Amino acid sequence: MAKRIVVDPVTRIEGHLRIDCEVDNGKVTKAWSSGQMWRGIEVILQGRDPREAWLFTQRICGVCTTVHAVASVRAVENALDMEVPLNAQFIRNLIIGGHGVHDHMVHFYHLCALDWVDIVSALQADPKKTAALGQSLSAWKGNSYNEIKAVQDRLKGFVATGQLGPFGSGYWGHPAMKLSPEVNLLAVTHYMQALEYQRKINQVVAILGSKTPHIQNLAVGGVANPINLDSSSALNMEKLYHVKTLIDEVNDFVKTAMLSDVAAVGAFYADWTAYGAGVTNYLSAPDMPMDSRGTVFELPGGYIANGDVGDFTPIKSYRDEFFEKNVQESIKHSWYEGDWTRHPYEEETVPNYTDFQDDGKYSWVKSPTFQGEPAQVGPLANVLAMYVAGHEPTRKYVDQTLATVSSLAKTEVGIPALHSTIGRIAARVVRCAVLNDTLTNQWNGLVENIASGDIATFNQPVFPKGEQRGFGYHEAPRGILSHWVVIEDGKIKNYQCVVPSTWNAGPRNGNDAPGPYEASLVGNPVADPEKPLEVLRTVHSFDPCLACAIHLVDKENEEIVRVKVL
Amino acid sequence: MNVLILGIGNILLHDEGVGVRAIEELEHCFSFPAEVELVDGGTCGLELRDTMCDRDLLLLIDAIRNGGMPGTAYRLEGDEVPAHFHTRISPHQLGISDLLATLSLTGSLPARMVLFGVEPADLSTGLGLSPAVEAGLEKVVTAVGEELSGYGLQPGVSSFEEARIPGFWSTRKSPPAGEKEATP
Repeated sequence: MAKRIVVDPVTRIEGHLRIDCEVDNGKVTKAWSSGQMWRGIEVILQGRDPREAWLFTQRICGVCTTVHAVASVRAVENALDMEVPLNAQFIRNLIIGGHGVHDHMVHFYHLCALDWVDIVSALQADPKKTAALGQSLSAWKGNSYNEIKAVQDRLKGFVATGQLGPFGSGYWGHPAMKLSPEVNLLAVTHYMQALEYQRKINQVVAILGSKTPHIQNLAVGGVANPINLDSSSALNMEKLYHVKTLIDEVNDFVKTAMLSDVAAVGAFYADWTAYGAGVTNYLSAPDMPMDSRGTVFELPGGYIANGDVGDFTPIKSYRDEFFEKNVQESIKHSWYEGDWTRHPYEEETVPNYTDFQDDGKYSWVKSPTFQGEPAQVGPLANVLAMYVAGHEPTRKYVDQTLATVSSLAKTEVGIPALHSTIGRIAARVVRCAVLNDTLTNQWNGLVENIASGDIATFNQPVFPKGEQRGFGYHEAPRGILSHWVVIEDGKIKNYQCVVPSTWNAGPRNGNDAPGPYEASLVGNPVADPEKPLEVLRTVHSFDPCLACAIHLVDKENEEIVRVKVL
Repeated sequence: MNVLILGIGNILLHDEGVGVRAIEELEHCFSFPAEVELVDGGTCGLELRDTMCDRDLLLLIDAIRNGGMPGTAYRLEGDEVPAHFHTRISPHQLGISDLLATLSLTGSLPARMVLFGVEPADLSTGLGLSPAVEAGLEKVVTAVGEELSGYGLQPGVSSFEEARIPGFWSTRKSPPAGEKEATP
């Protein structure tokens, strides 16, 4: 008999997500993804100056603040048909690249790894064997016996104090946990090291963006970083070299430790290449613009229909009509007034909460479609697009990772295996490696451009009378993010953010087709409905970030902490 | 002594943003000794690890729902601080709770932690604090100043002119009519 399980809230994500599954004979047969908070940024922005929209949009979320700032200025620039100075493109690219590496690293090690790595088992590992294993997998300098032993001792001390801290919500000892104690300890060692490397790459964002979280250096028309190689208060060579050093240090970790870790997890959990494909229409955006108009990009993006890598349509520029015309959102199953499917320029945001209705409205997330179909977004969509487009670094890291997995798993694992839960995780790590190379290229581009005598960073925006419409996209860590703005007489008339987690976490659409989370859960094994670890694996593989897909209604504390009134 | 004053919250949700507004107010009302750093953490996540590592003293400011009257100001310290964030479902659930946990795991927690909070009245979408929370904000700003004085880090009073310019996120009215307009 079918049994209903409800995971609410899904933890180790930003925001509040509820997942309902019907489980029959140890497999998920039906699933619902429900965003439990509502977002109203569109309402706040109406009537405001488009030049300051980015300051508001980057406050939607705590994980991806930078991405909403970048997409916002791009949307307004698009509406005004503006060019952006080359230096500004490079500086923005370094910021979003740094942010992307940070985000992928945090997701892989700190949010998602705990579904696959058993912390408690790592306590039983032999540090000598762990070091030998690590050294057989990669040349990473942090795989020494001393380093690994120190991590295990610290972990033992930490657990002995009775607190599990970040490990409190894991399903330790679950039958679906399959790594040996040594592999677990190696992963925990890299978990600890990644805490320091994510910190370093975030410094790149802080140096160029003036502050994290919430960068302060953007402007519609460019960036507010003055460039003066002789001034200590401007962007100078000292700061640029500091940025380069940070990029290089993190590069070493990602290319050795992180790439081999994901290959090891993929090999030991090769059965997970059979689960979690779900929606295999893939949408991603090109990014890292290399010219002032956004017609040449370092990283390709586009649309792949039905998982057919032979059916790829590239998105070519910031004015790409194929993208602009084919995005719609539906609210048939979302808690908004009415039942429509509309283009973002024409949307409205009028909340209408019902209860959770299995066949009616059940989520605050809207349901986006591309050419009328649901589409999966995120690193897997982007990596597949870049692979098909012939992007060399992507091909190199994908092929290298699949070769390592094949050799460890002693079976041939190819591109089709990527359409899966574990494939999404592998693609994220590949994209992290690609972004590291991109950072170096963008840094070189900036330094060469400055050396040629160009120090411009800003073009003044001019708002004509009447109405202008524009869209801006960015291939953010969780996938394609687009902001859509309608400006009238220099003020915002309508504003919509179609965010990655909306694409992936969206409910059934106007034609009742399930969204990517929902589709990917069907067929998932569930060994123990009381501990649905397998459901979390698939949901976490998307890197859910619901704070921006929808918005917060605080929940009353379940435990009251005794506090002193001032 | 190495001190961080960190205001957190989401300014798009009315009173949820009281921590961010507190940082603006503190910056406008006081001048601080060099060892005190003020950061608007917004809706932060692990990005703040670098900022929070190895501090001697961390003063956090946030909205706290504790069932009191709107605007009630709270003070928690030591182990109560991570315990508070652990029980909370909020935009910074992942942020602060996991952040403190990872700092604890690597032995980089601030030596001393104090959390100042204000009971919110309105957490719906929109800008600006409700009147009760504006009043609570003043209490917290004063309390933070006193806390610092307890460590011999007495903040100075900022010049009258600067104190009159509302911060970017403030929806307080600019100086009364006839006086100099605030710079946007």
